Amino acid sequence: MSNGFLAHLGRAYVGLILFFLYAPILVMAAMSLNASEFYQLPFRGSTEWYARLWHNGEILSAAWRSVWIAVIVTLIATTLGTAASVALFRHDFRGKRVLQVLLFPPIAIPWLITGTAMLIFFFGIGLGRGTPAVIIGHVALALPYVIVVVSARLATFDRTLEEAARSLGATPWQITRAVTVPWILPGIIAGGLFAFAVSFDQFVVSYFLSEPGDTTLPVLIYTSIRKGFTPEINAISTIIIALSMGIMLLAARYSNFGGER
Amino acid sequence: MAMTLAGRDRRRALALLSPAYLWLTVAVFLPLSAMAFFSFLSDVPFGGKDWHATLDNYRAFFQTATYATLLWKSLKLGLIVTVVSVVVGFPCAYVLAKIVKGRSREALFLLVILPFWSNSLVRIFSWAIVLRGNGVLDRAVNAILPWDVKLNLMFSPTAIVIGLVHSYLPYVILTSYLALQAIDDSLIEAARSLGARRRTILWRLILPLAAPGILAGAVLIFVPVVGSFMEPRLLGGRVGTYYGTVIEDQFVAVFNWPLGAALSFILLAVVLAILAAASPILRRART
Repeated sequence: MSNGFLAHLGRAYVGLILFFLYAPILVMAAMSLNASEFYQLPFRGSTEWYARLWHNGEILSAAWRSVWIAVIVTLIATTLGTAASVALFRHDFRGKRVLQVLLFPPIAIPWLITGTAMLIFFFGIGLGRGTPAVIIGHVALALPYVIVVVSARLATFDRTLEEAARSLGATPWQITRAVTVPWILPGIIAGGLFAFAVSFDQFVVSYFLSEPGDTTLPVLIYTSIRKGFTPEINAISTIIIALSMGIMLLAARYSNFGGER
Repeated sequence: MAMTLAGRDRRRALALLSPAYLWLTVAVFLPLSAMAFFSFLSDVPFGGKDWHATLDNYRAFFQTATYATLLWKSLKLGLIVTVVSVVVGFPCAYVLAKIVKGRSREALFLLVILPFWSNSLVRIFSWAIVLRGNGVLDRAVNAILPWDVKLNLMFSPTAIVIGLVHSYLPYVILTSYLALQAIDDSLIEAARSLGARRRTILWRLILPLAAPGILAGAVLIFVPVVGSFMEPRLLGGRVGTYYGTVIEDQFVAVFNWPLGAALSFILLAVVLAILAAASPILRRART
């Protein structure tokens, strides 16, 4: 076997993996454009299901709620996360390792456990279910991602720049605003996009924390699917997946997960 | 910058750190503690209910074989999904890290990772459309094969495994890719010029060096799969009862929160044990 042949085989294998990853999504998108309500073939093109979305008040209000919850979560998580990353970068102190390790439970513990625990606690303190509970939960899930992404960007920051600014008489606040923030801005934007994606795509925690009839889009989709499929759900699902992939493409432009620079 | 903090520096660090960590405390760490507390109660301590401390919820787990059986079933599911993902994903990571070069590598890598960051519920739903009886897959297979086949994959354990592998495959590709990229190509060249065969290079050089990355990916897949409930529900139908779906039921259908808390807490203990056992490996994989 020559190396050239192996390389072709390898590429074909990656192609196969991509087919496995994308084929079902493309099938779903195609079915959302199929006129038949029961996914019957042959395929007849129609945008009817998308048009119907505009008259489905339940889906529209859930979609709107999902978007503005994600925006609020992004603002809070990005602000708090960036502040924490800057402190972790600038200062050395006892217990710093512990603080960094504490970021992993929200990521590593299955959301089923975190979500049910939040439900219990929020009822215990009298907050109960509803949008505030959902926002508090989402921010907690998004924070570690923001801190990890912003810290990764900070790691490439040249500390001597801050020292140079200090020796020129800049105050800590001036240094932050004029030197540090401009440098880490791509990291902040990427972290914010991650936070938006974590909230917008979040199903498990929203499922336990949102009020029935007052839910986010993924929760509405879940309860609808369990009653039976409709092409309208295909249509809104196709929009969601296009949107969240678009957001991640943007995030990839601002950070670089994994690849070399 | 001094290694020990002066008072002003300390205050500034505290001001920057405390909002984020207070938030995590209120939204994650206190809830986990509250869940531990609830798991020892006979009923919820609000809404004017009568309650007392009890071990009954844990006794239920150990006395009724159902829960232990389901936990075992979920652990097996986690193992199957993890093994399939590693076997399928590692070669893909290898091709991306060592064979494809330049800009097309970056583009392919992004394409592999992208679905992972899109909505997991929607992706499971898309499999339901593909796998359903007389659905797209059935028709495609029957169009290719000359004889009549009934796949009937929907609402089967196979459907659940397919959906979960689809959800978590990018994890192991990502971690293996990072580990493989760290292996110096000249090492492989040296082994080859010394006359090592392809198989020897793979088993004696590449796999040992990439092992931390593969294991990190495996843990990152195994843990969430053991706690999954939405995927078995949507793709498994009646055969989709797992440990995770039983916990879900306690909170949204049966409303036995203390029992749900105990079951959740047992799952948490299992998960933490796995993470603790894997933490030396995970730490090595990050550096």
